Amino acid sequence: MADLATPGPDAVQFRFRDDEPVDHAAVTVDAFLDQSNASAVRIEPGDDARAILPHIEQLRLVEVNFPGFMDGRGYSSARILREAGYTGELRAVGDVLIDQLAIMRRCGFDSFQPDRALDEGDAQRAFTTWPEVYQAAADDRAPIWAKRHG
Amino acid sequence: MYQYDKYDQAMVDARVAEYRDQVRRRLEGKLTEDQFKPLRLQNGLYLQLHAYMLRVAVPYGTLNARQMHKLADIADKYDRGYGHFTTRQNIQYNWIKLEETPDLLAELASVEMHAIQTSGNCIRNISSDHYAGAAADELVDPRPYAELLRQWSSFHPEFLHLPRKFKIAVIASETDRAAMRLHDIGIRIVRNDAGEVGAAFYVGGGMGRTPMIAPCIREFVPLDQLVTYSEACLRVYNRHGRRDNKYKARIKILVHELGAEEYARQVEEEFAHLLTQGIEPPLAELERIGAYFADPPFETGASDTLDLSDPDFALWVERNCHAHKQPGYISATISLKPVGGIPGDASAEQMHLMAQIAELYSFDEMRVTHAQNIVLPHIRKADLYAVWQQLDEAGLGTANLDGIGDIIACPGLDYCSLANARSIPVAQKISERFAANGKGDTLGELKLKISGCINACGHHHAGHIGILGVDRKGTENYQLLLGGSEAADTSLGKITGPGFDEDGIVNAVETAADVYLRERQEGERFLDTYRRIGMEPFKEALYG
Amino acid sequence: MKIVTGNDLKTGAVTWWTGVDWSLYVDDAVDVAEQGEAIAAREEAARRVNAPYVIEADKTADGVRPAHIKDRIRALGPTVRMDLTLKPADPESRDWVI
Repeated sequence: MADLATPGPDAVQFRFRDDEPVDHAAVTVDAFLDQSNASAVRIEPGDDARAILPHIEQLRLVEVNFPGFMDGRGYSSARILREAGYTGELRAVGDVLIDQLAIMRRCGFDSFQPDRALDEGDAQRAFTTWPEVYQAAADDRAPIWAKRHG
Repeated sequence: MYQYDKYDQAMVDARVAEYRDQVRRRLEGKLTEDQFKPLRLQNGLYLQLHAYMLRVAVPYGTLNARQMHKLADIADKYDRGYGHFTTRQNIQYNWIKLEETPDLLAELASVEMHAIQTSGNCIRNISSDHYAGAAADELVDPRPYAELLRQWSSFHPEFLHLPRKFKIAVIASETDRAAMRLHDIGIRIVRNDAGEVGAAFYVGGGMGRTPMIAPCIREFVPLDQLVTYSEACLRVYNRHGRRDNKYKARIKILVHELGAEEYARQVEEEFAHLLTQGIEPPLAELERIGAYFADPPFETGASDTLDLSDPDFALWVERNCHAHKQPGYISATISLKPVGGIPGDASAEQMHLMAQIAELYSFDEMRVTHAQNIVLPHIRKADLYAVWQQLDEAGLGTANLDGIGDIIACPGLDYCSLANARSIPVAQKISERFAANGKGDTLGELKLKISGCINACGHHHAGHIGILGVDRKGTENYQLLLGGSEAADTSLGKITGPGFDEDGIVNAVETAADVYLRERQEGERFLDTYRRIGMEPFKEALYG
Repeated sequence: MKIVTGNDLKTGAVTWWTGVDWSLYVDDAVDVAEQGEAIAAREEAARRVNAPYVIEADKTADGVRPAHIKDRIRALGPTVRMDLTLKPADPESRDWVI
């Protein structure tokens, strides 16, 4: 099994769910598709998130890696998983910074494992940046247009 | 025009608070410049040659008097008394201090304005036809669709870290006044054979170093699927657009490399999926927005004639005014291109005056055009002479719309840190030359566009005559292009040959104009003559 | 000579490294020899300057003249608005740029 050097759930700084975290490391998408009994997988920016959709029933943790915060492919990967009905943990890992936390939440991420620990106060403020939202996304917030015509 | 409700206001207020906190963290050292730069860019703040530069959004170019007065006040309070109207219908200020920007943005928010997503790798301010809602030739007013997409694209969580910037234009007439097919997405509102209104999508156009004209990828998207289809276009781009090379990261490269058909197929697949996701606002939302763009209370039976006995006024009417859909009314363009002036610049005083006139005579509405001028969309013909007199007195009555003096020019090396050569002095010299020799008045429509570098902010590819400034061994050098157009007959200009120095390029433009004057046939514009006779006669005259 | 320039973090104003501090005037710039990158990195980390970089310049009888036109425009101001440059009363200074 192609284990990645993941530090494990201890390094998760923010988690918005109550279930037990998966206690083993995520495997790469290729490894997962080769011998798919793993329950945790890690998606890199260039991976096709749709490749794992046939197996999402067995998954409890999907990590989406952001090697650099400017590469936004992980936002699409996250939404694609949630749109397909994935309800397990969706974790943003890597170059995860304060000013991306709010939009990551909107795309369906519910845990965060930044390379460098974030300032707690700044992060809590960031999670509540938007009083309203303009679009329907992967969270359960009602868009402004729905409120206008509710 | 559109007015914020409590939700829109809450969003811009939240944005100001977020940005204020980001600036604080930058100044405290909690954010590096690499981390902060994309954040400030998505609030319109660049670091340019002399200072920070702030680009303020004017959604689809529409603004009212209160907003224009505020822009003038900001020029006085936070800048040096002037602003620069841009080719994306925005305004930018050149002398901004980072530490003052949160307060500046809060002032903008107080008049329902912002600088959100005017830069950065995200969906930018959506542009439109500057005669929208007034033009005699439009199918419908395109701005409600632009506003719907503005709200959809603002803070869109999936599309704030795209491979590169993303520009959308929406038009609704056959005549293209917004360079629609030179956008990442160009949308034309159309009526299909069944008589229903919908949208044709053109994807993958753009200027920059690899100019391309967008192909149509879908001829009709129903109005109740506009957002969903746009989302599909963007998702395919976000996932598959190139991120290995900044210069190949625009969607035009993806569409070109995949082929328009394959890109369209992938969009259709994503679209079919997204239609199941319930992300489309109800048509009632489009209707709600549309109500804000209802016609102003035009006077019926207003006199439809103009007294053209003053020849200067008659010339201005002929050149700067456009037919209105309402009898008795007319749209007038205020040229921000006085002879020898800086294209697109306006002083705080001039902004105040334009605002006053708009409030009195144009139902409190103005438009910024992509050619860097200001339109008063709804003037009663009976008021037009008085309006022109006031403008003329303030140096705003230049009669040169679409002529050789109506030059589009980027800020160039006088202001911009990306530029290789200055654009503004070339524009000034050309407009002075053609005013002095009288040829400017004989040339008719001749669109001249100048960029100070390959990024093409001055749209040089799309000029009937284009000029591109380059750096040749440390000195400024200018290439000449002929035959571009951003209108419905979109085409890209071709380089004539070796470049020129600053005085040489002014002479070269005059030489090209002389070839046209010599060769033109009845009714031909410069562009028409060029298309008929080709490049050779121009080359012969330039380099012969 | 090699000199270091950048923009002030808070105001964005063009600044030049004087050996001990940052100045608005290019004539105050000192030759940093091979120390430019180190000075730029240190000063940027201390947030006393934004986006610093090292350039070539000549020491002339009239003062310090950056080798590239872009930095001469930065040193003076926009050539199309002499009233907003550092030498508004000296139209000749435009020739110094070009």
